[in-house]
Amino acid sequence: MTSRRRFLTGAGVALTGAAGVALTGNAFAGPPVPDPVPDMSGMTHGGGVNGPMFAHGATVDHEANGFNPTDTLRDFDMGQTSTMPDGRTLREWSITAVDKEIEVAPGVVFPAWTLNGRIPGPTLRCTEGDRLRVRFTNASEHPHTLHFHGIHPADMDGVPMVGRGVISPGEEFVYEFDAEPFGLHLFHCHVGPLAEHIARGMYGTFIVDPAQGRPPADEMVMVMHGYNTTFDAEGNQLYAVNGIPFHYMNEPVRVRRGELVRVYLVNILEYDPINSFHLHGNFFQYYPTGTSLTPTELTDVIVQAQGQRGICEVTFPTEGMFMFHAHKSEFADLGWMGFFEVTP
Amino acid sequence: MTERTESTTAQPERGEADPRPGEPVGTGDGRGVGNAAGNRAVRLPVWVLGVAVTAVIGLVLGVLAVFGAGTLPERAGPPIEELAVERTVLSPGVIELTVRNIGPDPVQVSQVFVNDAFVGFTGGGEPLERLRSTTLVLDYPWSDGSPYVVSMLTSTGLVIEHEIAAGVTTPPADADFFGRMVLIGTYIGIIPVLLGMLFLPVLRQARGRSVKILLALSVGVLVYLAIDATFEGFELAAGGAVFGGGLLVILGAAFAYLVLMGVDRWLRSRTAAARRDDAAGGMRLALLIAIGIGLHNMAEGLVIGSAYAVGELALGAALIIGFVINNVTEGVAIVAPLTDRRPTWLALLGLGLVAGAPAILGAVIGGAVNNPALAAVLFGLGIGAIAQVVVQILPSLREHGSRAFDARVLGGLALGVLLMYGTSLFSAA
Repeated sequence: MTSRRRFLTGAGVALTGAAGVALTGNAFAGPPVPDPVPDMSGMTHGGGVNGPMFAHGATVDHEANGFNPTDTLRDFDMGQTSTMPDGRTLREWSITAVDKEIEVAPGVVFPAWTLNGRIPGPTLRCTEGDRLRVRFTNASEHPHTLHFHGIHPADMDGVPMVGRGVISPGEEFVYEFDAEPFGLHLFHCHVGPLAEHIARGMYGTFIVDPAQGRPPADEMVMVMHGYNTTFDAEGNQLYAVNGIPFHYMNEPVRVRRGELVRVYLVNILEYDPINSFHLHGNFFQYYPTGTSLTPTELTDVIVQAQGQRGICEVTFPTEGMFMFHAHKSEFADLGWMGFFEVTP
Repeated sequence: MTERTESTTAQPERGEADPRPGEPVGTGDGRGVGNAAGNRAVRLPVWVLGVAVTAVIGLVLGVLAVFGAGTLPERAGPPIEELAVERTVLSPGVIELTVRNIGPDPVQVSQVFVNDAFVGFTGGGEPLERLRSTTLVLDYPWSDGSPYVVSMLTSTGLVIEHEIAAGVTTPPADADFFGRMVLIGTYIGIIPVLLGMLFLPVLRQARGRSVKILLALSVGVLVYLAIDATFEGFELAAGGAVFGGGLLVILGAAFAYLVLMGVDRWLRSRTAAARRDDAAGGMRLALLIAIGIGLHNMAEGLVIGSAYAVGELALGAALIIGFVINNVTEGVAIVAPLTDRRPTWLALLGLGLVAGAPAILGAVIGGAVNNPALAAVLFGLGIGAIAQVVVQILPSLREHGSRAFDARVLGGLALGVLLMYGTSLFSAA
């Protein structure tokens, strides 16, 4: 209660803090740009003609949540690597399931089930042919598994009654398989009721790079999802990419003009049949599932069903603020919208 | 004529059976008990007994409070969050909701979305304690005539929805608004009732049983109003659940019934000397009917006023005419007991105002306050008043010296109900 109150009264402070995070978070993409934070004054009290936003101009407490979407955007977890006797790369990760309350909108707490304490879970990245070992520890009060998309033996599928099956609270298990095929995949818990286990936040991105690699780019991950805060399984009250609705409205994704931008886009939205991604003022090349190095489409809108994913590649020729959002207005109005800020 | 006079005066005779024969003549207080017990045991002063009993009760309650409270476990599970929207005010670009916490736990409205879009709002910064209210001011470009669903997202993720049937700018509570409410109240309350009373000369031509049939018609009108008001009252009361909801309607009805019964007794005692004076009896009945209808019209005005305030009422000429036709029947009901009296024009006007003017009061209250709990109470008052009048008139409709009703009287009663039903179709607000 008190933390929420502190939150609302300290809205102005929170906003200033967010600006600071935006600057530091940008370090990965290049030197910080000394531009002032874009003027969002017309939007912080949104809902009017300037479009929807949360009330009081507030943002969530990223520190309390334990993750900030500005950081997770470009956070690729390459794991611990070593070389096996046969010369292949062995890649190891540890993933822990934790029950955790997440502030999903200013003042709104969601009892989430998380992987490594964040939503979405970590972005695991490897190269095709690697040997992968994922140590899964269930520190949650509920039974879980890790189910990876990709190609692997049946007993590594992470579903109940096959192989090790359900990992009960307090137990752990190591999923081991080879990285194939190259492309953009995902992983999620596969314990029933499936919808709830996913909707509570148990999913992450799984990228297998082609052996020859892809052209250098400013790479980022966007996981499209939502929160059904009433737990009525009828749609969601909040929609987001990377955990927090409207986050990239408050902290635009900073990219450089003329630099190739590669977005690994994953849809794991529960309770709605499809999701979409629309970019303003530019077109992008689309690689469905990322399993081919040849794009299939040059477009500004793509649609994905749950579990679908693809790579979007775009080079911004001009500077400025370019919006991106679900081209399902309801999702956009309820949080799934943000800005690219293209800088020199 | 004599039949009716006798019947109405028969009422006090039945009532005057007090004190009831079955009851002991003793006053029934402590002294009486003391007397009965005193024959065998030591007589205690009544105050000592009183103090002793109070002490025992206090002691047991204290023990229960200390040891009994721990018996129930702490309530487990998520908090129970309930909000009632008591008032909705729309102005250009702004939706204002006054909400009250009607649940047992504090409620914090953290975010609000309108028609599936998050909106900025002010107010509601703190958790709202039980029974406290606050006003949320939403920044939303609503458009005229469109429906809206306002969803309040609480700190626990619960969504509490409030529907706005049609976006209409809420009229400000200024002189113009109150003037309008007075006009509406006059249109639907006073004018039709006075028009209905014009039937008096026509009724005078009727003789004997016809008058009884007309009275039955009045009862039909009243019964319809009571039933209609009961449904309406319970429907409105649903919005004010925290203060008792439907119970408010019942309490209001019981209160009005008892008060009017008392008023009736008082009027009767004042006219006791002239008990056989037909004029007084007829006027008394007419006044009671007027009061009953007046309280009902107040509730009716309340509904119209609040509907106007939230933009749900199209004040077309057809609607006004509908109410006028509907309420003319009420005027007929008032003058029915006066067919062989010679009341002054002033007295008739007074009766008309008693029945019609409360509609103005109701419209003003409804337009300015728009509180479901208050509405429920007012509807209850109307229902109780009508019930009391019906109970008053019913004995006079019986066949002389019998408990049965004549077929034509029953027909009149049915006709009254049908008339009200038929005319009410014109004024479905």
